Amino acid sequence: MGKTLSEKILSDKSGTDAKAGDIVISPVDLVFVQDTTGPLTVRQFKAGKKQTLANPARSAVFIDHAAPSPNRALSNDHLFLRQFAADTGCLLFDAGSGVCHQLVAEKLANPGDVIVGADSHTVTAGALGAFATGMGSSDIAVAWSLGKTWLRVPETFKINVSGKFPKGVGAKDLILHLIGLIGADGATYRALEFSGDTIDKMPMNQRLTIANMAVEAGAKVGLFPSDKITQAYLKSQGRADKYKPLQPDAYAIYERAIDIDVSSLEPTVSKPHTVDNTAAARDLRDIKINQAFIGTCTNGRLEDMAEAASILKGKKVHEGVRLLVCPASRQIMLEANRAGYTNTIIEAGGLILPPGCAACLGLHQGILGDGEVCISTANRNFKGRMGNPDSFIYLASTATAAASAIIGRITDPREVL
Amino acid sequence: MLHTLLKGRAFKFGDDISTDLIIAGKYASLRSNLPELAKHVMEDANPEFASKVQPGDFIVGGSNFGLGSSREHAPLVIKMAGVSAILAKSFARIFFRNAINQSLPVLICDTGKISEGDQLEVSLDEGVINNVTKNEKYTFTRIPPAMLSILNEGGLIPYINKYGDFKI
Repeated sequence: MGKTLSEKILSDKSGTDAKAGDIVISPVDLVFVQDTTGPLTVRQFKAGKKQTLANPARSAVFIDHAAPSPNRALSNDHLFLRQFAADTGCLLFDAGSGVCHQLVAEKLANPGDVIVGADSHTVTAGALGAFATGMGSSDIAVAWSLGKTWLRVPETFKINVSGKFPKGVGAKDLILHLIGLIGADGATYRALEFSGDTIDKMPMNQRLTIANMAVEAGAKVGLFPSDKITQAYLKSQGRADKYKPLQPDAYAIYERAIDIDVSSLEPTVSKPHTVDNTAAARDLRDIKINQAFIGTCTNGRLEDMAEAASILKGKKVHEGVRLLVCPASRQIMLEANRAGYTNTIIEAGGLILPPGCAACLGLHQGILGDGEVCISTANRNFKGRMGNPDSFIYLASTATAAASAIIGRITDPREVL
Repeated sequence: MLHTLLKGRAFKFGDDISTDLIIAGKYASLRSNLPELAKHVMEDANPEFASKVQPGDFIVGGSNFGLGSSREHAPLVIKMAGVSAILAKSFARIFFRNAINQSLPVLICDTGKISEGDQLEVSLDEGVINNVTKNEKYTFTRIPPAMLSILNEGGLIPYINKYGDFKI
């Protein structure tokens, strides 16, 4: 009987013949926290009997959610986390390094790994063929100390993607469309596994965007095969030796198969206050915006900076609109600077934020006012997400957000391309 | 061990109660001061909840309760508020696991017939919810055995401290 990607990885790691529905104990290859989940994780870790890390070199603390800190309490949390890193010898990525999930992709995640992080968007590393999933502080504390965790092997939805994206349409539109199709709980407890000719050719930045949002359909993991694209990406990050091919078996058993032809997709937007509340961008042109936010672990990569700059070049951000752009890592910011993308964005009237989570979760750097509307490339539009329950978040691609910033209302990017 | 018979009133919520509605991300600066953080429990879903909830009461949700962030503070502040269990049609995966790890019972059942303020009695052993107000009984899906032992030991950290490893 064939195996899905999840069954393959978890069989290999647990040393069992793991099938969907089984519970396995798996060693973990990377265990991490960020600055809003980290302090509780460290306290749970310290409440445990065993107070040493099983593998300090594969344990990490990221300071990204409030970076640099906007207040005294969070500054003290950061001190607490830095001290923990110093005491245990784990990896520390301090303010300015970037968003944890982007750094995990750039520096730490390998095909076939099992990765757990105290952040729901840990699923991002599924783009590299890693079984990566988010957990809470207690689970992460135990994974730090024991070097393993328990997992129920998920059933899998196979997402077959075919066709060529039309101009102005891309991976973000695809994943928003899929979540709209199956619902915000449509894949709860399941794995999403992506395949098809569109996936075979899809560059890593787009795979990361899609894997990142698997959790917004409730999924435990969003997995891509490890192939030539993965190999090229690892090589570009100086980690060619970490490549290994990984494909599902031909006769793997899937709970459900969903076929999507992207050639008929349109620029897609998630309306407030749930990600599955999707609509075509062209049907939302009456929605005026106050803020456009381009960045995050979903769409803060170099290709996003390039796309934003190409749309904004020679144009001006609409009067009364704030355009916030945040590269997801230091490496991306440096490359965007070298390529001139950040200058183009600034000349158009945008502002550049330091690498990190920025305005995504309502802690700092772009909290919305009462009644304000933001178009955002992030992954969540829950009520109150950006710091104010009396504001409205529309999720979209980088192209749609950049076009909307110019026009001042939600705009199908094909109108400005 | 947990008390196996839970008694309290129902506080009713809708579908898709996110972790941002349970405890907003904007309060991250209170996460190292849990008593202060807990004052904001469910604030953006029902601003009166924190002042009205009594020890033993239940949160009764719809589908996909707890979607969103992995923040374990969400079940933690619900537990700190005195809530004895959450009843919902379905739960988001990470929230479900976090609640068990904090020894907060999360029970999957058809909550459609339960109204705000109904007096409920929940028998964890028998898998039955008795709606005293409406004189109705409902069953809930039993918590998987692997998770029940974690729940019964008072959460994951006490469980691991007792057994030294996963006994699953």
